[in-house]
Amino acid sequence: MLNIVIPLTLMLLALAAILSFARLLRGPSLPDRVVSLDLIGVLIVGLTVVTAASTGEHAFLDVAMVIALVSFVGTVAYARYVEREGRS
Amino acid sequence: MDVVASMFFVAGATLAVLAGIGVLRMPDVFTRMQASTKASTLGLACLLAGLVIRRPEAWVVIRALSIAAFTMLTTSVGAHVIARAAAATGCLLWEGTRIDERPSDR
Repeated sequence: MLNIVIPLTLMLLALAAILSFARLLRGPSLPDRVVSLDLIGVLIVGLTVVTAASTGEHAFLDVAMVIALVSFVGTVAYARYVEREGRS
Repeated sequence: MDVVASMFFVAGATLAVLAGIGVLRMPDVFTRMQASTKASTLGLACLLAGLVIRRPEAWVVIRALSIAAFTMLTTSVGAHVIARAAAATGCLLWEGTRIDERPSDR
């Protein structure tokens, strides 16, 4: 059962990333793009977690943790940039 | 056990697709943000639950719990920071919005 479900899960996550990427291309304002980049970061963490479940490799979980950390710092940095640019 | 893990995986992936559709289809920044953060946090938690059920080892459980706790904490903080930036730069609200509690002198 899992050998059908895991490729299905990966495809659905990739579909969600494609939808979010369309918003990243279209997004009328800069905060829209930051939101969709944030969602893409979370989806990448999800892809890594599913890959870890299918291969049983411990290193993928460390990768997922590091991507989650870096994505949060990136989001906060983008938001600070947007706020400073909008005020000046 | 594999059936339960499969259910968690499918639920998490469905929530992620719903977040993607919400980000693409919602009318303004703030509604898009709620679609993305809520569904993606719960979706990632479902994926991690499926991982823990699939591989119940101490290494995996500790890492999965810490990833889940970290995303639960940071997604809300990140969404708040983006919403503040969007409100400060004067993003337009959807025309169907009933209540705008932002101060009007901006």
